[in-house]
Amino acid sequence: MKTLSKIYNGIIFTFLYAPIVVLIVYSFNDSKNRVQWGGFTLDWYRDLFSNELILESLAVTLQIAVLAAIISTVIGTMAAVGIFNMNGRLRRAMESLNNIPMVNPEIVTGISMMLMFVAIYRATGLLQPGFATLLIAHITFCIPYVVLQVMPKLRQMNKHMYEAALDLGCTPFAAFFKVVLPEIMPGVITGALMAFTMSLDDFVISYFNSGSTAQNLSVTIYSMTKKPVTPEVNALSTLMFGSVLILLVIVNARQVRDLKKQKERR
Amino acid sequence: MKKRLSAAPFAVWMGIFTVVPMAIVLWFAFTDENGAFTLRNIAEIWQYSGTYVDSIWMGALATVICLVLAYPLALSIARKAEHVQRTMVMIVMLPMWMNFLLRTYAWMSLLEENGLINHLLGQIGLHWSIINTDAAVVLGMVYNFLPFMILPLYSVMAKMDNRVIEAAQDLGSNNWQILRRVILPLSAPGIVSGVTMVFVPAVSTFVISKLLGGSKYMMIGDVIESMFMGDGCNYNVGAALSLVLMVLMLICMSLMRRVDNGEDELGGMMA
Amino acid sequence: MKKLACLLAVCVVCGAFGGCDVQPTKETVTLNVYNWGEYIDDEILDVNALFEQETGIKINYKTFESNESMYTLLESGAAEYDVVIPSDYMIGKMIQEGMLAKLNFDNIPNYKYIDEVHKGLEYDPNNEYSVPYTWGTVGIFYNKKYVDEADLAQGWDILWNEKYAGKIFMFDNARDSFMIALKKLGYSMNTTNPAEWKAAYDALAEQKPLVQGYFMDQVFQKMTNEEGWLAPYYSGDGANMITGDDGNEDIGYFVPHQGTNLFVDAMCVLATTKHQKEAEQYINFMCRTDVAVANAEYICYSTPHTEALELLDPEVVNDPMFYPDEEVLDKTEVFITLDDKTLKLQKDLWIKLKCLRTRPSWWPFPS
Repeated sequence: MKTLSKIYNGIIFTFLYAPIVVLIVYSFNDSKNRVQWGGFTLDWYRDLFSNELILESLAVTLQIAVLAAIISTVIGTMAAVGIFNMNGRLRRAMESLNNIPMVNPEIVTGISMMLMFVAIYRATGLLQPGFATLLIAHITFCIPYVVLQVMPKLRQMNKHMYEAALDLGCTPFAAFFKVVLPEIMPGVITGALMAFTMSLDDFVISYFNSGSTAQNLSVTIYSMTKKPVTPEVNALSTLMFGSVLILLVIVNARQVRDLKKQKERR
Repeated sequence: MKKRLSAAPFAVWMGIFTVVPMAIVLWFAFTDENGAFTLRNIAEIWQYSGTYVDSIWMGALATVICLVLAYPLALSIARKAEHVQRTMVMIVMLPMWMNFLLRTYAWMSLLEENGLINHLLGQIGLHWSIINTDAAVVLGMVYNFLPFMILPLYSVMAKMDNRVIEAAQDLGSNNWQILRRVILPLSAPGIVSGVTMVFVPAVSTFVISKLLGGSKYMMIGDVIESMFMGDGCNYNVGAALSLVLMVLMLICMSLMRRVDNGEDELGGMMA
Repeated sequence: MKKLACLLAVCVVCGAFGGCDVQPTKETVTLNVYNWGEYIDDEILDVNALFEQETGIKINYKTFESNESMYTLLESGAAEYDVVIPSDYMIGKMIQEGMLAKLNFDNIPNYKYIDEVHKGLEYDPNNEYSVPYTWGTVGIFYNKKYVDEADLAQGWDILWNEKYAGKIFMFDNARDSFMIALKKLGYSMNTTNPAEWKAAYDALAEQKPLVQGYFMDQVFQKMTNEEGWLAPYYSGDGANMITGDDGNEDIGYFVPHQGTNLFVDAMCVLATTKHQKEAEQYINFMCRTDVAVANAEYICYSTPHTEALELLDPEVVNDPMFYPDEEVLDKTEVFITLDDKTLKLQKDLWIKLKCLRTRPSWWPFPS
């Protein structure tokens, strides 16, 4: 039974990683052709750093991801605290508001925002589709993830600790930052990380909201998949994959450490 | 009292950027090019009813395959030691960090007539014509959304109390009975959120059908996309199509939710 | 502290929005150029970089896939551009709808190099809105290894030949696909007769089971990798497919005897532009002989530029694929702008065709 499950897991992981291996291998392929192997080369990595289109899109992607993660984490954490202290109908209303972008098909979310941005731009000349609209769209679909990550941590927290801090003379603000925030911090961090990832990888919503001036990596890659994709993109994604791998290993190590700490505390 | 106010920026933001856009979609769906009220767009959708059915069917197929593939994997992860669990979850999540368009594009080079898989199969005298068919599209969906099925399943299973299973064993249940009577009911919330997270994006995709399906059969996402970005060029019909898609998805979802009244397990996804 | 965080967030937001809406500085103008994919020399001479270097005007260059997707995007207002390079019939439509600006030809002295043959065509009869960039015909690329040369006599009907089932690619846009069906049936590709459009739809629907997929530029790689054997496409791309670095020498090209489409892609300025003078400067630059030569050599579509034509490799100029002889040209037609009713019919039929399932979808796997 054990070997059977090992074989099964192996098959699934092969399925998950097959295209990734292909991408990484082709980033070293000395032929533009997708199928033939033309020998080992590092040329695509060199070309990558002179390909302005890709570098520009990378810059846009990173800027958007960082800004969207920060802003959505701030708004989302505040929202979670607020919603946590609500009751009844208001709370349910807020929760369903939070659920809209989560349950809506992405394409509908993207289109609905595009229609609104265009309407605003046509009426006022403000918010020309571009960086700003892309950022707003990303913040909007990131917020729910943050809220959903922070909420359970608030639920787990001992309510009396906040009251105790108030009783001991803390201002509500100080009590929040000194008592509540450290308790919910793991949720905030995972929320921020998740927002960052979601923003980094988003295509559908960006596709409809990037205008003519701010294309992120996904949109650029999409315009490339219509013609032969240049292998520079494979090189870039290999680099990104490598850095994410390192990042995840660090996060993982940190989580394992936290786990041990928790055990000690118990 | 004050604390509730901290949700104000959220309420304002989400109100402006999700509720108002939905209202605009609604408005577009029920007006013509000149802004006058009309039901023509909704009527015009009738001709796409077959496409809705096809898309929902293919999405459902991909969801079921995902569930069948993910369930044993999630179960085996959940029953490992805690640090092994963490590593395996990381291995499941890692592919999601590579651009999804590129991964789908890589599948194209794997599946093509002269692609890698056919090169290998050719060695033993076989050939698999799958590229640019519905099967390739379903495969692409399963591939892209499988982690969204594994993770919620895993997070529910990891929380399962082992003592319940032991109790069942003590009471003389065999493995099959334990799976059916104990594990399956306990993992129901995970199944619900996994199915939701796979089904909705699978039904509404427009990229996978383009890259792996050779744009041969439009899915409903393709039709909507073409109304806004392609040959179709009709926002009113496009908005009406989106509206109907949204309503259909909400119906499917509430049917799912009825199966399980538990809380949303999404929160446990990254834990 | 929380206030501080909010304040910080607000600053970041303002910074991001401000940095984007305001033009960088007064001296540097950014021109947004919207062109077909693979349709400019961005490697050898790097035309856009040269323009930036010479004028200090920044170019934001983006590409589109078909006339229709370009039009939809511009119409929606989801993006703004200054210079666009659509095809003939789309230019006509955009002129009708007031989307294009009248050009001031005093700013485009190099217009004199454009061959008279390409001036005063139906889409822009008085030469007010457009400057021709390239022209070409549509024909069929085929792989000599698998396609019987004798079958080429069938013309467009070869795309309906069951011998090649599953190895045929089609255009992924309505106008070009319907052109093929209409020509096959012997109708004009500019017909306004609904019955003829429906007949063309029936022909395409009949063809669908034989088609492997509907592609635009992806077809290069699909053809060179021999994923398929027959693909109608634009003549100019022959260079990419056959003689280019990753080309496949086994691929041939022919123009079906039933006649085909002669297209002109021309540079236009959008009416919404705030930089008309710079846009005209850009168009003039593109008509400069050295730039026109570089572009013609790189993209290989036929050039309307008389002086560039003389400087091109004679082997290219004498190749009937790029510069067809009178006999072929006589049978060509130029797309004209369709009236709204026909256009709507075409759109509906096209989406209907793309949604059409030629076999039940309930079990997508081979049984």
